[in-house]
Amino acid sequence: MSESKTLIGRTEVTEGLAEHPAVKAILAWNPEALTDARFEFSELTLTISAESICAAAANLQAAGYNFLDDLTAVDWYPSSPRFQVSYHILSHRYKEHIRLRVLLAEASPAVESMTAVWPSANFYEREVFDLFGIRFEGHPNLRRIMMPDDWEGHPLRKDYPVEGYR
Amino acid sequence: MSNPAGVPVLEPAEGAKDQHMVLNMGPQHPATHGVLRLVLEIDGEIVVRVYPEIGYLHTGIEKTCEAKFYQQIVPLTDRINYLDPLSNNLCYALAVEKLLGIGIPEKATWLRVLLAELSRLNSHLIWLGTHAMDIGALTVFLYTFREREEILRILEGLAGQRMMTSYIRIGGLAMEPPLDFFDRVQGFIHTFPEKIDEYSNLLTGNPIFRSRLKGVGYLSGADAVALGVTGPPMRASGVDFDVRRDIPYCGYENFQFQVPISTDGDCWARYEVRLVEMRESVKIIQQALDGMPEGAIKADAPKIVLPDREKMKTQMEALIHHFKIVTEGFEVPAGEVYQAIEAGHGQTGYYVVSDGTAKPYRVHMRYPSFATLQALETMCKGKMLADVVAVIGSIDIVLGEIDR
Repeated sequence: MSESKTLIGRTEVTEGLAEHPAVKAILAWNPEALTDARFEFSELTLTISAESICAAAANLQAAGYNFLDDLTAVDWYPSSPRFQVSYHILSHRYKEHIRLRVLLAEASPAVESMTAVWPSANFYEREVFDLFGIRFEGHPNLRRIMMPDDWEGHPLRKDYPVEGYR
Repeated sequence: MSNPAGVPVLEPAEGAKDQHMVLNMGPQHPATHGVLRLVLEIDGEIVVRVYPEIGYLHTGIEKTCEAKFYQQIVPLTDRINYLDPLSNNLCYALAVEKLLGIGIPEKATWLRVLLAELSRLNSHLIWLGTHAMDIGALTVFLYTFREREEILRILEGLAGQRMMTSYIRIGGLAMEPPLDFFDRVQGFIHTFPEKIDEYSNLLTGNPIFRSRLKGVGYLSGADAVALGVTGPPMRASGVDFDVRRDIPYCGYENFQFQVPISTDGDCWARYEVRLVEMRESVKIIQQALDGMPEGAIKADAPKIVLPDREKMKTQMEALIHHFKIVTEGFEVPAGEVYQAIEAGHGQTGYYVVSDGTAKPYRVHMRYPSFATLQALETMCKGKMLADVVAVIGSIDIVLGEIDR
């Protein structure tokens, strides 16, 4: 893979990286779930439809992407869809990271919890819930983790001022 | 928003209310290495449940990053893991450089490797001293802090700061190392292997230390992967993965070193793995010293890298660049990158999202201690209360990077 190669768009990636194990695994499982893809800065990003993210992760786990490295969110306020949840998954076998992405609408954002696939998602999802207000369905203990339990608002949202509310 | 799941955390389990007791360990407890609060449910001396309550040190660094220019974030990264500052600087710089697509001169790359390893030694020395102290072996703490002091003096000479170095910058390094820097590092690593022998002599054969660690805090390789454990604790559980070797960054492919593995998965294995890791770090530093190339320490990118002080005072163009960078920052192409490195405590990752302006749209730090803490319950469940202290010491957590 050349360092400078950039592929943007679902068709470009599925054709240009047809041999990539992650792309192969997703296409073999359910091509419908892959809504967008890009290969940039030698990193592969796959956008998965929100309802199938856990199934996609389970398939990738079976395909050798065995380690959930990181899980976080980005608030694209005021654009729509507003929230993006990013999953960085590491493969010890292929020695590379891939990024899964889920886009969520502004009104009561929620997505399936990844804890069923990787128990390590527990703290990460609590952090995202705490700081972004995104709910994770099926999480065993979805409580605030950084902020006090009675805190109001979600500090990492873009409409939350840096200095806080005074 | 109120507690939505409503899970009680301070109550003993149903049906065991008369038998079990809830004990708070921390947030002010010397063995928790900071402000970690553990809610322990115990049955006599046996741990039934461990519930880490974190967030006492939350400073909102990720939010602060969104309000700063890219170059202003470097000092913030020092303060996250204050025991391994140069690795933080390195990871952040590599992530932003990936977005910018600028090349770093060879000398800067080699110096970065040298410093990252020195920083790893610093981190491991603190781990060894405090871990042994938690177990009751007070002497080692004084020995390791003697060596750590030397590392801090070297860093002070290098960056003007003992702990918050901010020495690795976007596009290179802050300044040329002082003239005696290489000699001092050479002098330090020349004697350091003997010092490791010294620690080993004090601890490895010590029957109390052995019995406090052997077979305590077992974590299987599968659990380590499932629970997100990285770094020495993961390798002590038999998972053979090191970012330096497997996804080389910053020129690590030019260095020869072994990655120590153990399959025992207990606190003792983690102790042994880290001791070998220190010896390997010494080898890497020696290779970096021997092969240190000549040349610049900053990338040739005047719009991104601050000019030398001397040039800034004598050349109009350099002054303009300096003024522009300091007042307006520099624009970074839009996109998102994730950079992982192997820091002292485990795998550190920086996720930087840019929208094309001079301030990052989002910076997220993945720090190893945060994930490793989730494995605490697996390691402590069904074991003695006193073992919790040994386990916390052996996974080497830093609260600054957990709470951020």
